[in-house]
Amino acid sequence: MFAGIAAVVITRLSWLITAAQGFWHPEAKGLPQAVFFANHTSNGDTVILWSVLPRRLRQSTRPVAAAEYWLSHPLKSWIGRKVFNCVLIQRDPAQRVQDPVAQMTGALDAGASLILFPEGTRNTGTELLPFRAGIFHLAAARPEVPLVPVWIENLHRVLPKGEVIPLPFICTVRFGAPLRLAPGESKGAFLFRAEAAVRALRPESGGAA
Amino acid sequence: MSDYQSALTGLFLGVLAVLVTASATAFLLARRRGAKDPLVENLSARVNAWWVMALILGLAFWIGQPAVVLLFAIASFAALREFVTLTSAHRADTWMLAALFYVALPVQYWAIWTGWYGFSSIFIPVYVFLMMPVLSALRGETGNFLIRVAEVQWAAMVAIYCVSYVPALLSLDIPGYGGQNMLLVAYLVIVVQMSDVLQYIWGKLLGRRKIAPKLSPSKTVEGFVGGVGSATVLGACMWWITPFSFWQSGLLALVIALTGFFGGLALSAVKRDRGVKDWGAAIAGHGGFMDRLDSLVFAAPVFFHLVRYWWTL
Repeated sequence: MFAGIAAVVITRLSWLITAAQGFWHPEAKGLPQAVFFANHTSNGDTVILWSVLPRRLRQSTRPVAAAEYWLSHPLKSWIGRKVFNCVLIQRDPAQRVQDPVAQMTGALDAGASLILFPEGTRNTGTELLPFRAGIFHLAAARPEVPLVPVWIENLHRVLPKGEVIPLPFICTVRFGAPLRLAPGESKGAFLFRAEAAVRALRPESGGAA
Repeated sequence: MSDYQSALTGLFLGVLAVLVTASATAFLLARRRGAKDPLVENLSARVNAWWVMALILGLAFWIGQPAVVLLFAIASFAALREFVTLTSAHRADTWMLAALFYVALPVQYWAIWTGWYGFSSIFIPVYVFLMMPVLSALRGETGNFLIRVAEVQWAAMVAIYCVSYVPALLSLDIPGYGGQNMLLVAYLVIVVQMSDVLQYIWGKLLGRRKIAPKLSPSKTVEGFVGGVGSATVLGACMWWITPFSFWQSGLLALVIALTGFFGGLALSAVKRDRGVKDWGAAIAGHGGFMDRLDSLVFAAPVFFHLVRYWWTL
């Protein structure tokens, strides 16, 4: 119950600061299950993307996140596990006890949708970092699940690295047409297509990058 | 029933009549052209948003001065956020922007609420104007400094200072008109917004020559003349809710409509500069808060000062 209340508080607060709105490609609307993959510029990306999802979808969507970030503090741990219901991945391969792809496919098989950031880390530059292979392996393991590209705009201006006070900026979340892995498609070709799909959603104008 | 109450009732019924006519028009057009027609969809979205805005404003008027001040403070916050989003703000401007949103805005509206004209009229043009560049300069980032500072000054003036002139009307002391200032706010808002709507309608009916093709693809000379003209007549006919005579009311309405038009034009130029069509998407069918306030922000300060000079002690 507290997790539910916390979820409402977090979504309302982020809406007050960012007026976050989702803009959906018609083919991405109404999907019962999907893997959302987005650009990554801020720690708030997960919160904003999650908060603009329709409520039914939001309740079954699990962000894929770094275990060492969320488990480092008791409050963050509670939020990460109970409120957002993250799929927690160990980033350092040497410390892993579970295969990350297996963790993600397990979540998909249970009916959950996922949120993924294929750049792998927060990007402070203006161009997309090359996508890591995780999303390719996931698509290969579960090719029937649609992959929806997402662009999150302006969130890096709300709370830049090292700043404490969040500034109100309008944030938009654009959802593009879903992708699927083509039979026999190579990793390189697929990742190139995925990067292009996310880049295509970026607005060309409006404010500093 | 007192004069004030009958004026309020008359206004309420008038606005209701206009809204019902608009909804009926949208309904008939939908019947004729089909509900999926883009013109019909846009018109329906606009009219529905007008209903909501009229209801919220009406509710604030009914509750009283604090509610009206709060309503415009919230609108100011949303407008400021939209404006700042389009600027070149750098992370070195963080303190400056935080001070603007979390200190300057609440302080300005507090001064409006308490009716402290001597402070609310100079706080932003003097103190905020001088402090903002300092807060940014202290972070040591000089790249685009003048541009960043100038843009934030514009944001503060347009989205906070000018918007605050609307609720400021409530604290003007007009002899023989005490306690009725709410009607003056209604007069200003109705004339400005109807001027926009009438320009659009006249433009659709008779529009041929574009008046500012580089700034606005849809504003025409015929729309401008028809819209401003009919807004002036409307304003004149509303003289009975104001402290003005018939002719004075018409003249003031003309000034309001003209300044509103120029404000819309100037802020359209800002949008073209930044390559966006609307300031945001907060209000379905209209765009952002700034899209709705762009005429009002130029008209409100001029109207306030004219009334203050000629009608108060």
